[in-house]
Amino acid sequence: MSDILVVRDIEKTFGAVVAARDISVVVPVHQTVGIIGANGAGKTTFVNMITGHLTPSKGSIHFENKDITGLPSRDIVRLGISRSFQVAQVFPTMTVLENMRIASAIANSRDSILDRLFRPIDAPGAVVEADAALDLFQIARYRHAKAVTLPQGVRKLLDIAMAVAGSPRLLLLDEPTSGISIEEKFGLMEVVMSALKTRRITVLFVEHDMEIVGRFADRVLAFYDGTVIADAPPKAVLADPKVQTLISGTQRAHVGQADA
Amino acid sequence: MTMPARSSLLGALAFIAVAAVAPWMPPWLVSLATIAFANALVVLGLIILWRTGLVPFGQALFYAIGAYAVALIGRYTSVRDVFVVILAGAIFAGIAAYLVGFLLARYREIFFAMLSLAMSMILYGILVKTETLGSTDGFHVEAGTFFGYRPQGVWLNLSIYWLVLGFSAVMAWLVSLYFRSVAGSLSNPIRDNEIRVEFLGISVDRLIHLKLVVSGILAGIGGALAALAVQHVDPAMAYWTTSGGFVFVTILAGAGSVGAAFVGSLVFELVRSIAIDLVPGEWQMILGTVLLLTILFLPEGLGSLYGRLRRRKDAAS
Repeated sequence: MSDILVVRDIEKTFGAVVAARDISVVVPVHQTVGIIGANGAGKTTFVNMITGHLTPSKGSIHFENKDITGLPSRDIVRLGISRSFQVAQVFPTMTVLENMRIASAIANSRDSILDRLFRPIDAPGAVVEADAALDLFQIARYRHAKAVTLPQGVRKLLDIAMAVAGSPRLLLLDEPTSGISIEEKFGLMEVVMSALKTRRITVLFVEHDMEIVGRFADRVLAFYDGTVIADAPPKAVLADPKVQTLISGTQRAHVGQADA
Repeated sequence: MTMPARSSLLGALAFIAVAAVAPWMPPWLVSLATIAFANALVVLGLIILWRTGLVPFGQALFYAIGAYAVALIGRYTSVRDVFVVILAGAIFAGIAAYLVGFLLARYREIFFAMLSLAMSMILYGILVKTETLGSTDGFHVEAGTFFGYRPQGVWLNLSIYWLVLGFSAVMAWLVSLYFRSVAGSLSNPIRDNEIRVEFLGISVDRLIHLKLVVSGILAGIGGALAALAVQHVDPAMAYWTTSGGFVFVTILAGAGSVGAAFVGSLVFELVRSIAIDLVPGEWQMILGTVLLLTILFLPEGLGSLYGRLRRRKDAAS
């Protein structure tokens, strides 16, 4: 199995504050990696550096053997890395279908102003793709609802569906279940993960719920104070005493449930 | 018939109708409609930016460049063909929009509006101070020829009117195509959420730059046509009240449809000339009242009336 993402010694400092340091991670294709850690541990900073939202102060990031360190996010998206957001980023005044059609139409256009000037938004290919994506993420019945009126879970699914429109090979999900009720979390993750499996996408997801991490991740990165303190399969990481005291301490009940 | 096809057909019929009745229209109405439709092209450009959430308070910059380009070609060269001089006006305005776009495309909201205003006032200042450009009085624009043909008397006004209508029809069609393209469809998304647009792999700044150039070209064509129609240019064409007028018409017309720009511009010119006729001293008051009533009762402009009508018809059938 080849490696899709190679992160070497990246560091991010904001003035005197070190948000991330000494992070080295190698992700093979088709792996699903869970990222855990307390608030402020550097999880989102890590995601932001890979997706070009932040430029690392030091170190390098390679995607499919290409150096993508410091590229603007729109170029990184074009190369095949997409992301969803902790707070779903959709177009609130537009319907679910319009949101999805925009995403599909952009994915189908070439990266040139001229191509986008002469390509109609309702080209048949993009329309079919948009419908298929809504079906895949099971939100087709909301197609004519304005995004602003959607329940939180549906909006999250739309956000992820739009991120997947460009057929990325690597997808980063920043807290896909935040703001979702406990009863709905598992259902949402089932939909997302099975959709991503059918598209054969490598996934990195940030998650606070240890039970979900244990259920869906092949491997877990535990962040603490800006660096990775554990990197192993979920069982091993969740059983790590350092992880238990520093991260999952307050959530031990959940770990117990996951083990049971 | 699909909706775009129905709108295009309706628009084409409307243009043919207003072109056909011209010889029977009173001359003052021909002149008024000529200016109204020339200005409507500028408004089309404003609508493009408006949908993106941007309001340019200085669109007169490109309008004046288009007009002065035509006037200067008439003064310093022997080129008189209207199509050539209008093309030149469009190109100069487009280049100006491309250049100021490097700065403007990085700003949003009130900063965009004021920076655009500042740019237009710089041009106004230059025009006022430049003696060779006629200073505050401006100067005369040579009458144009149509492929060598030089219309006289009443036919000159009618020819210009038809010329303006022709450009209006073509531009309205092109802009409606643009709105259905991927680039044109991204207006609402940009207004809604720039982060999502960037993370779909699009540079928002570059897209806004493109919209600026398109709207600048439209304003340049509008200015060039206005210069040919009035046969005079002066710095007032770059002044902020001219820009304000375009914003006024955009509010009156609404950004919902292409056709509304033409109806809105015509209504604006009619109301203005009637108001000036009725109360020469206080005509701005009437215009202000119209604006107030529009914002209160037709917040989405005259264009929304057509949509309301059609919805009522669809509901009835």
